[in-house]
Amino acid sequence: MEAIYKTPKTLIDTPTHYCPGCGHGIVQRLIAEIIDEMDIRGKTIGLAPVGCAVLAYNYLDIDMCEAAHGRPPSVATGIKRVHPEKIVFSYQGDGDLAAIGTAEIIHTANRGENITVIFVNNAVYGMTNGQMAPTTLINQKTLTTPHGRSEKNDGYPLRVCEILSVIDGSRFIARTSITSPKNIIKTKQLLEKGFKTQIQEKGFSLIEILSPCPVYWRMSSVESLKFIDEEMSKTFPLGIFKDWENQN
Amino acid sequence: MTSTEKNKKYLLTGNEACAEAAIQAGCRFYYGYPITPQNEILTHMAIRMPQVGGTFIQVESELAAINMVYGSAAAGARTMTSSSGPGISLKQEGISYLAGSELPCVIVNIQRGGPGLGDISPSQADYFQAVKGGGHGDYHTIVLAPGSVQEAADLVFDAFDLADCYRNPVMILGDAQLGQMMEPVVFNKKCKPNLYKKDWALTGADGRKKNIIKSFYPVKGELEKFNAKLQKKYRQIKAEEVRYEEINIENADIVIVAYGTCARICKEFLKKDQSLNVKVGLIRPITLWPFPADIIQKVSERVQAILTVEMSAGQMVEDVRLSVSGRCPVHFYGRTGGGIPTPKEILKKISEIVSVKVKGTCAT
Ligand SMILES: Cc1ncc(C[n+]2csc(CCOP(=O)(O)OP(=O)(O)O)c2C)c(N)n1
Ligand code: SF4
Ligand SMILES: [Mg+2]
Repeated sequence: MEAIYKTPKTLIDTPTHYCPGCGHGIVQRLIAEIIDEMDIRGKTIGLAPVGCAVLAYNYLDIDMCEAAHGRPPSVATGIKRVHPEKIVFSYQGDGDLAAIGTAEIIHTANRGENITVIFVNNAVYGMTNGQMAPTTLINQKTLTTPHGRSEKNDGYPLRVCEILSVIDGSRFIARTSITSPKNIIKTKQLLEKGFKTQIQEKGFSLIEILSPCPVYWRMSSVESLKFIDEEMSKTFPLGIFKDWENQN
Repeated sequence: MTSTEKNKKYLLTGNEACAEAAIQAGCRFYYGYPITPQNEILTHMAIRMPQVGGTFIQVESELAAINMVYGSAAAGARTMTSSSGPGISLKQEGISYLAGSELPCVIVNIQRGGPGLGDISPSQADYFQAVKGGGHGDYHTIVLAPGSVQEAADLVFDAFDLADCYRNPVMILGDAQLGQMMEPVVFNKKCKPNLYKKDWALTGADGRKKNIIKSFYPVKGELEKFNAKLQKKYRQIKAEEVRYEEINIENADIVIVAYGTCARICKEFLKKDQSLNVKVGLIRPITLWPFPADIIQKVSERVQAILTVEMSAGQMVEDVRLSVSGRCPVHFYGRTGGGIPTPKEILKKISEIVSVKVKGTCAT
């Protein structure tokens, strides 16, 4: 009999600290599968963010580096410049990437740094118990927007892919979700494309993944997936925003 | 400048000497953001790094610079950044992470006047920030304080070796005067980039167990254990790496403690002015952390008084007082906001100390 579900070699077989229904575990599993399939475990270096995914280095069996909150793109730059032949990716949440680390992500993209960024947008600060994120939707309730995010006081959800796609240095920019097996397969393909972009030395790639945080959305897992499909993806439309293969 | 020859004399600013020495010491990754009075470091690196196959990036902020340094250090390379005042303040979170992840790097800090935007004139008001941590947590950077352009170059070499040896950030603490003045300098120290094996570095886990660079210890008890390890390392550094220069301290009645630019002025004073009927000596700390506490304690047992001279409102003097522990009076003379103590002012202060002594009044 053939095993149809097995743990990827690069994924360490240990319980994670993620809550039930959390998207981080799915995304990290996809990364491990891709590393196995591309056979790049020995030459991949990952950056873990400050956020719920901080312990990603306990789950992925590759060289990994922690970075200060928001700074993974700069740390990744420092590593990639030393080892241009290695595959360097940063894994970041929305607070990390789109609030405190906005300058770093824009300038890393603008330098055309040949790294891959995996951006997990769960519209909330998970690790610090559910405050507003730069990607929190209008009217979405969080600990710090108890009556819902108001554009007047809190501004608007920040669309990172749209911003980065107009930067000359970026090469592959896409947004996806993990709400269904179909979307998970699509996400995996886009992540592969991100790694391929780097391996072929095309430059900066970023894949944004709309991901559930049922705990701080105060929803069931099923409701969370529905929320992404029906609400979140209205503000954050899925798709490919920039692709070096379709540019002349 | 396209290369350097051994034992040849070059006329360089302190800033250029630091930059060139870093290259000679095997540093190939430099990240910086312009701020006066250290801009010549960037300019020099922008020219020289491409010549030696190295990386120079003018970054978007000092935060990016220190975090790129963090990355290159984690990847096993010799790496450096530099800044002054406001820029060094921005780097503090990163320096704390570097210390917490035990990553070697060199940070050149050419002090300017503060607080706030202050000005671009020489200052020593960032002593506390440099030697007491500056960022969060129980950590230390090794802090080296050159007194001349030649010594700046030499200490940059040593800084890279010390950083690699102890897996710890090392800071070169200069000031606008040292950074901008020109002096002859020779680059005759040996480059030893492979002195210490970096088997902890991130290189891709090809055929080995993975390496992790981190400073996060969420499991109860782990962080305390890690801090104990750090403190053990700091004790070893304190025991083995203290450096200072002493002048005429054997028979001195009064000993001045001063570093960097202030120590140069005090040396001038010692050379010129011996019209006093007391003998004056000088201790010049070269390592500010670890601080030369033992020698200061020793002299405090036999001198009439110690005078600390700084371009600050009184920062290093606190470490002098801790070393002295009340064994003799400790006086302070300082200027701030771009004011530089003059030999004349030092003479005046010493005359006051002597008369205070005669009157038997308690020193302040
Ligand atoms: C400089 C700094 N500020 C604040 C924090 C506290 N902090 C830790 S994680 C986090 C937010 C994380 O949110 P996000 O990046 O969206 O990741 P998630 O947990 O949602 O995956 C904050 C504010 C910190 N560690 N460092
Ligand atoms: S708080 Fe949210 S993001 Fe964090 S682990 Fe739980 S579900 Fe995932
Ligand atoms: Mg988040």
